Parts: sequence; C-alpha cells; structure tokens
Amino acid sequence: MSAVPEPKSPKALLSADACRAIDREITKYPADQKQSAVLAALAIAQSELGWISKDVMEEVARYLDMPAIAVYEVASFYTMYNLQPTGKFKITICTNLPCALSGATRAAEHLKKRLGVGFNETTPDGYFTLKEGECMGACGDAPVLLVNNTRMESFMSDNKLDALLEQLKQAR
Amino acid sequence: MSAQTCFHGRHIKPIILADLDGDNWRLRDYESRGGYSALRKILNEKITPEAVTAEVKKSALRGRGGAGFPSGLKWSFMPRQFPGAKYLVCNSDEGEPGTFKDRDILRYNPHIVIEGMAIAAYAMGIKAGYNYIHGEIWDSYLRFQEALDEAYAAGLLGAKILGSDFSFDLYTCHGYGAYICGEETALLESLEGKKGQPRFKPPFPASYGLYGKPTTINNTETFAAVPFIINRGADAFLELGRPNNGGTKIFSVSGDVARPGNFEIPLGTPFAKLLELAGGMRDGKKIKAVIPGGSSMPVLPGDIMMATDMDYDSIAKAGSMLGSGAVIVMDETRCMVRCLERLSYFYYEESCGQCTPCREGTGWLYRMVHRIEHGEGRMEDLDVLNSVADNIAGRTICALGDAAALPVKSFIKHFRSEFEHHVHHKECLVAEYV
Repeated sequence: MSAVPEPKSPKALLSADACRAIDREITKYPADQKQSAVLAALAIAQSELGWISKDVMEEVARYLDMPAIAVYEVASFYTMYNLQPTGKFKITICTNLPCALSGATRAAEHLKKRLGVGFNETTPDGYFTLKEGECMGACGDAPVLLVNNTRMESFMSDNKLDALLEQLKQAR
Repeated sequence: MSAQTCFHGRHIKPIILADLDGDNWRLRDYESRGGYSALRKILNEKITPEAVTAEVKKSALRGRGGAGFPSGLKWSFMPRQFPGAKYLVCNSDEGEPGTFKDRDILRYNPHIVIEGMAIAAYAMGIKAGYNYIHGEIWDSYLRFQEALDEAYAAGLLGAKILGSDFSFDLYTCHGYGAYICGEETALLESLEGKKGQPRFKPPFPASYGLYGKPTTINNTETFAAVPFIINRGADAFLELGRPNNGGTKIFSVSGDVARPGNFEIPLGTPFAKLLELAGGMRDGKKIKAVIPGGSSMPVLPGDIMMATDMDYDSIAKAGSMLGSGAVIVMDETRCMVRCLERLSYFYYEESCGQCTPCREGTGWLYRMVHRIEHGEGRMEDLDVLNSVADNIAGRTICALGDAAALPVKSFIKHFRSEFEHHVHHKECLVAEYV
C-alpha cells in the first residue's frame, strides 16, 4: 500500500526579483497587514508570467499568509488581471461615452478589422489580444488604449493605430 | 505623455495647474513655485492643528471627488485624542467617465498633493497615509512614487519632519481595474487586500476606516487645494469662488468640443465661458446636451447649461450635480438613446454585485436601453425603465446604484421624444457610432 502522497512541493513560479518587489510592497503596510500587498503582488506576478494561474494565486497566498480563496477573490474581481493566457500584447481600448464621442468606437472597429479578431479574442499568431476597457481616467486623450496594462497610448487615429501595431510587431 | 489636456494656458486664476509645463514636476521646481511653504509655515510658526482645520473649514473647500462634502468638517470628525493608529487616504482612483483631472495633478504637480496630505495629517494627528492611484494610469503611479522618494530625501516626509515633532509616513499603492474602488469604503477594502465591495455606513471611516481605525479620505484635488488655503488664507480662497463654493475647480471637458482638456477656473464661472475655453463646439455644431459632473450625474439640455454657472449650488439648482467636475458635451447629431446605452453598459459592467437591486437592476436597465436603441423597444419600456431606476436608487449600500439610475431618469425626462422615436420607427436615426 502506498502511503498518502506527499503534497507536491510547490515549485516556485515567482523569480527572486519578483519576490523582492513584493517584499517592498509589504513594507508599505503594518506588519500584521501583509494581505494589503496582494493587488501589487498579483500585478508583479502578472508582469513576469503574463497571466495569473491558480498555481500563481496559491503561491501568492502562501507568500502573504492568506487563504488562496481570498487571493482568487481579488484576482477575479479586478479586471486588469489576466486569468488566462493572452497574446504577447494585450490591447485594451476604452469605449466609454466620453471616448466614444471622440472616435473610440470607430478606433475599436479599426483594430478589430486590422487584427481580424473581436473583443476578448487573440490573433491566431498569438501576438495580440483585444479587450474592451472601461474608463481609464484619460478621456481628454480619446481614443485611448493600454498595451499590457502599463503603456497608455493617446489620440489613436487610424494612422496611429496602424503605426502602433507595426511597431509592436517589430518588437516580437 | 500628451501635453494638450493642461498646458493650453486657458485656465482662470489657477492655483493647482498654474505654471506647469510637464517637465517641472520635481521637488526643486515645486519649491521654486513656493511649494512646501505652507507646511514650513505651520511647523515654524507652530500653528495648532485646530487652527489649520478651522482655516480649511472657513475656506468652504468642498470635496472635489464628487460628493462635494465640506472638507474641514470632514476633518473635524476625526477623534483628536484617539490613542491608536489613524490613517489618511488620498482617493486617486479616478474612473468616473469623463474625469481626468487627478491624472494631470499627479503627473505634473505631485508634490502639491504630498504637501496637502502632510498638512491634513498634521491637522488630524495622523502618522501614516496612502495615496491609492487608478491602476490604468501607471506612469502617474510611478511618478508619484518618485516624488515621494524626493520628499523623503528632503526631510519633508518621515520622522520629525523639518526638525519638528511632527512625523508622517506616506505611501502610494494602486488599483487594478475596478470603478467601484473610487467609492471610499470600497477603496478601503481594496487597500486591505480584498475585493472592493463598499461597506455599510455608518460607521463612517472617521470612526471605523482602514484596518478598523479612524480614517479620513479626500480626493486628490481636494488635498491639492490645501497649501493655497494655508499660504494665502481662507478668505483668499473663498474670494476665488462664491459663498459656500470656495476656490477654483478643475473641470475635465470631453466630448464634442474643439479642445477637450482640463480647465481650472473659479467656481461660479458661467458654463458658456468654460465652453469657450474648450474651444467651443467641435466643427461649429450646436450643443444638445451636457452631463456636468461625471457620467453618474443627470444630463441637462444644452440651453439650460448655457444659462448655468459652474458651482455646486448653481448646478444643483439647474437639476444636476457638479460631481467630479467632468463635463461631457454632446452635439446636435448625437443619439441620446445610444449615449445612454453606452453609460448603462458601464454601470452594468462595474456593479460590484453586492446588492441585488444594483446587480440585477443595472443589467435590466442596459438590456432595455439596448433593445430600444436597436428598434426592438416597446412604449411601456419607458415606464419600466423609470420604475427599475426608482427601485435601484436609494436601495443599495453605495451610490453606484444611484449613479446607474440618475442618467436613465434624466435622459428619458429631457429627451423622451428620441426614445419614443426609436420605439415608433423601430430604428436609430444616427449612423454607425454614438
């Protein structure tokens, strides 16, 4: 009879750099409030790994001494976390009313046409995922979009959209 | 970073966006503009915390995030003699559609927020604070962190600030895509590392806030106004605006205007003047409608707005609210049903799901407006829309429910004929987009 299997030793998914970055976040909060760093920890994990798998959530949970379900609640509540793999470049375009009045819906259509995908889809070559975003607090720059959550691109005319896609393709 | 939204020189008596060029955001630049002199004055002259709060009260500074609550009064709710930790939080989770002022303050003048927060902390006897920044404006988050580092290095934050007995630690953190976290108690939940679902009030944050400790939360622009009030006095601030509406306000103007952007002007400036600053209507079209305070506020017909002044009381009298100061302008070619459809989708998408009337009601509102816009509506839908909106408003923990309901009611009230047209003719008259 075999013994009860040992729990799989968790293989570290996060790099030492990522752990250092999370440690810095933890120092912002009182010693007994490590959980406050969870939004930042997941963002750090995502920028390193591209998306947040359940394994990553469990690792973050262990790191911050919190229940895995509490990490899952956070990861699934905030829309900038990728709960499944995306293309190399996730493009999130805001189509809310102020942006729409300044051409964002048209810009979104242009992106769909150029990429050949709809919202929440990834191009067959795996490079681009298109998402529809909500207010980014940059309505004066409309149409406005985010590349991989951190890079904001403003005043996106069709020409600028084409140039951006071209530039990202070069960065492959 | 784009420069157009705030370096146009079309402000009137600005106190927050004055003399900015995009490069002069660092500590030395801020100090050369007189920055940190208010904090120095308080510490050097040993002005009492009570006197600081009294000055802010007298200035009639009202919360710039949306609710317009008197800031000095809010500060006075904090227990002075509380023995344990107390917290100060800056709400920079700016995601109210149409609002983009805090982003410009944070990236072009971050130290004015730090100084304002330090003064507030002094006034309320607080030793630790957080600036919670909208996750989508990552560059501004990084820049604010850089500004914090500068302030610490110069002894303007941390232990024994400028050699005084006053200590204050300030940190910054970020959201990650949840509109609801702009609601102050949802923000506190998020800051505690949870999903951002608003708390029941009372207890209010002043008695039970971050980690259950007394907490004051103000908007970015509110803190940014504080150094001027201390430097120049409450009367000077009050004189900029109107009685009960002190100071300047940054209005974010978007939509069908020639020059969308941020315009800092004295409260009480006529809307017509603001529209002129924003270059007037795009392509010379006629104005049809304006949402004067962010997408959660009631829409008003253009002619009413053209006769209204931009301050809390005047806009309330006209039937809407000044809110966050986000002015969304729509011209004569826009379909109001489609505009509302877009807004209703937003609230449906962003409802946190905690309260049934909002969780179920926002979806219902969106589906009905969508149906009408696509020529499948019935005349009785208009009454059902009003009734669903009535059954959401006031029946939820936070104001998102009201925010979803108010636009629906106001769009139908002022533009009913367009809704009826969609029902009768089973189509939208406007081609393609909005």
